[in-house]
Amino acid sequence: MESVVNRAATAAPMASREVRWTTVGVAGLVLLVAAQVYGVLTSPPDRDMGHLQKIMYVHVPAAWNAMLAFLLVALASLRYLWKGRLADDLLAASAAEVGMLLTGLTLALGMIWGKPTWGIWWTWEPRLTSTAVLFFMFVAYLILRTFVDDAERRAQWSAVVGLLGALNVPIVYMSVRWWRTLHQMQSSPMTLDSSYTWPLRANAVALMLLMAYAVAHRYRSALMTQTADELMDRLALKGTPGGSRA
Amino acid sequence: MSSDTGRRTAVFVIAGVIVAGAFAYLMLGGIEDNLEYFKTPAELTQLGPEAYGKTVRLGGQVAPGSVKWDAASLDLRFRVTDGAQEIEVHSKGAPPQMFRDGMGVVVIGRYGAGKVFESKELMIRHSEEYRAPKPGERPQEMYRSLIKGEKAS
Repeated sequence: MESVVNRAATAAPMASREVRWTTVGVAGLVLLVAAQVYGVLTSPPDRDMGHLQKIMYVHVPAAWNAMLAFLLVALASLRYLWKGRLADDLLAASAAEVGMLLTGLTLALGMIWGKPTWGIWWTWEPRLTSTAVLFFMFVAYLILRTFVDDAERRAQWSAVVGLLGALNVPIVYMSVRWWRTLHQMQSSPMTLDSSYTWPLRANAVALMLLMAYAVAHRYRSALMTQTADELMDRLALKGTPGGSRA
Repeated sequence: MSSDTGRRTAVFVIAGVIVAGAFAYLMLGGIEDNLEYFKTPAELTQLGPEAYGKTVRLGGQVAPGSVKWDAASLDLRFRVTDGAQEIEVHSKGAPPQMFRDGMGVVVIGRYGAGKVFESKELMIRHSEEYRAPKPGERPQEMYRSLIKGEKAS
């Protein structure tokens, strides 16, 4: 296995990379505020649900970006299984954290929308059920990680669970087409007034930037934690007699 | 080192088999038949006596002009249509606020020999269309696609 320590050391321009990612994060935040204001001020109330329609500007971008994050989990997990680099496992874990948060946000906002629209908070129909399964698989994924101490074993188990979890993404996406659901099918520019499509797209891009920033931030801190752990281990192994290990 | 690589390959193969197996199960397993959240009026009619007395979900569109609402007794009667068949539904209590002619609905309840569906729970099924109201436009039009587009794609 390639040492994370070496990897962190060779990734020399860490500082400039950090500045770059901070720029992405700030850009995302500014765009998110602008897109929300744009959406609230310019889009008319829907003829059935009125301003309840505005929930779409967070619910849908959160769902899309959660799927992107889980796609990243799948790619990083696959690459870990292929190459065995611990850094890929840490990237998968970082993306899983962000994806789980966004899925939770999607579910919560969906319920808040569902109560006044459908008349119920929740029902076990295919789209809702598959999304809940997706959410809880990644909760389990993150819990699993805290239970395994050995980094390499944790990475192997996580990669398998992460891949299984990510397998749910196409199922969640296609559920409204494959099966007869209470949840509507995906809207398209054909079924969405243009006054709704642009705020939706702007919010999706803004949240994507924030998602990328969050994953990068968690990945960087995970790399540093791993590096610190490895250095501690080395120190412990060399263990000068009488030396402090704290 | 070589046993390490071997173990990693084993994990990779097992993961691949699980993923491929899950996909095959989804594609070939005929899950699609079991994942219908509701039955259409045509399907429920076709089941006939088989469906009587069981709790089922019926979904479709509120047949335009069929709504009879008695605000005093909170008694609601309407017909659910899929364009081909219609079923009479009886419900107690105020419906969700978006309930109206032409709206997509799913009702949970029992269908009986009296040919009336006794609804215990009434849900609105919103379509994927979002429109700003336009002057002179009839709101019902947007729900035509709900039934016609049902699983057609």
